Amino acid sequence: MSLSPVQQELAISTVKVLVIFGALMTLFSVMTYVERRVLAFMQFRLGPNRTGPFGLLQPVADGIKLFFKEEVTPAGANKFLFVAAPALAVITAFMAVAVVPYGGTVSLPHWGWMPDWLEGRRIALQISDLDVGVLYLFALSSLGVYGIVMAGWAANNKYTLIGGLRSSAQMFSYELALGLSFVSLILVAGSFRIHDIVDSQKGWILSWNAIRQLPAFAVFLVAATAEVNRTPFDLPEAETELVAGFHTEYSSMRFALLQMAEYINMITASAMGANLFLGGWHFGIPGVPDSPVWFIGKMLAFLFFFIWLRGTVPRFRYDQLMHFGWKVLVPVAMAWIFVAAALVLWRQS
Amino acid sequence: MSLALFHAILFYMFAAVAVGAALAMVTQRNPTYSAFALIVTLVSLAAVFGLLGSPFIAALQIVVYAGAIMVLFLFVLMLLNVKAELRAEGEGRVFTLVALALGAVLAGEVGSVLVAVRTPMAGAFDASARAVAHVLFEPRYLYVFEATSILILASLVGAIALAKRDPNP
Repeated sequence: MSLSPVQQELAISTVKVLVIFGALMTLFSVMTYVERRVLAFMQFRLGPNRTGPFGLLQPVADGIKLFFKEEVTPAGANKFLFVAAPALAVITAFMAVAVVPYGGTVSLPHWGWMPDWLEGRRIALQISDLDVGVLYLFALSSLGVYGIVMAGWAANNKYTLIGGLRSSAQMFSYELALGLSFVSLILVAGSFRIHDIVDSQKGWILSWNAIRQLPAFAVFLVAATAEVNRTPFDLPEAETELVAGFHTEYSSMRFALLQMAEYINMITASAMGANLFLGGWHFGIPGVPDSPVWFIGKMLAFLFFFIWLRGTVPRFRYDQLMHFGWKVLVPVAMAWIFVAAALVLWRQS
Repeated sequence: MSLALFHAILFYMFAAVAVGAALAMVTQRNPTYSAFALIVTLVSLAAVFGLLGSPFIAALQIVVYAGAIMVLFLFVLMLLNVKAELRAEGEGRVFTLVALALGAVLAGEVGSVLVAVRTPMAGAFDASARAVAHVLFEPRYLYVFEATSILILASLVGAIALAKRDPNP
């Protein structure tokens, strides 16, 4: 079978998309289990341990349960937007993953049984190596807000509406801080490409952006937590005041989709933290070979951090959240951009 | 299937969605629908920019228009819970006539431009962040660009002054 170069690229991309989609779905279901077990451990409980060995089949049971539940659409709801909202949330969450790099490039081995064009071919461990990767990611995270806003508005319920409103205000405020925290990294790397930003942290652990650009890292940590709606910033779904926030009226698979979008966003945020601030696939000691394993380890550490945070910190009040975002995070990020720009200029001259 | 054909199909798909959503935005009675339709138009336009080989402009289009500005629109619409537009009694016919006349003028203008001007299809061009920055900050556009920045700053200060006004003087 002979394929044209375009078809070869298309075939490789398709395989990459399928593999990463499968990996994300697996990681999502594993995360729901790990989160419940780790939280239970932190609160001196057992957590789900009945389904299968150590409760490992719990995600499967949850999935089956959600699959067979009734889909309820509230009487006053806007049918079209009510159905479209979870889909929009999930689609934007998955699209954002397209630009996340997992490592440099690998060469396929020469096995002899594969088509000629596959033998020893160099493959980038990334679906799309976009020149403006950071901006693309940012664009999709800003579109992800609409899924939540739409869900809150379409359900025709005051609690969901307040949840949706809060989330649009919160994400808008913290997106600004998140974007500003990336600006200094872009300045230092001289590129919007995520790959270049990772490579700018080569060498010793001290050249990681988390250390070299500590203020930006601090801003990123807080803003990313708020951006993925995790405790202590999960105001859109504060259960003590808003029942369950924007997804109060959702049931069955639509609820599962909203939940999935949230977890995929968390995974993307962790991957970005690992890539942009913790050196990605570089180990941090010169001489140790680069490997996707280091990247995955750092990403899992971030995921654990999000769960840890949920088990530790109580929820903010809404006005505290807004004040913190606009009066602390944004000024700190702005000031650090000036410092970083000055340092870059000084080094160039 | 060749790459060019694939691009063409995608282009016409996104172009059709952009036009359809723009029509929906104008014809919808409910302002929240209009806002969502406008978002769809903006995102489709971004996709067209991307297909023309300028992912930078595409990303900016989404971040600035679809992401930042439309969130504020929606926020206000939802905060005020604006229901379907109220139509004043008796004014409907006059408005329809004026709108039809203006629409006819616009259609005539567009048609004459389409007939008179033969522009080639947009080809490959350098629209990377670096190229855009060079154009924006070269002397030809620098003053216009800076003037726009000052205009935005002034409106920002104005908005803060209005919001800060003491409610009980």
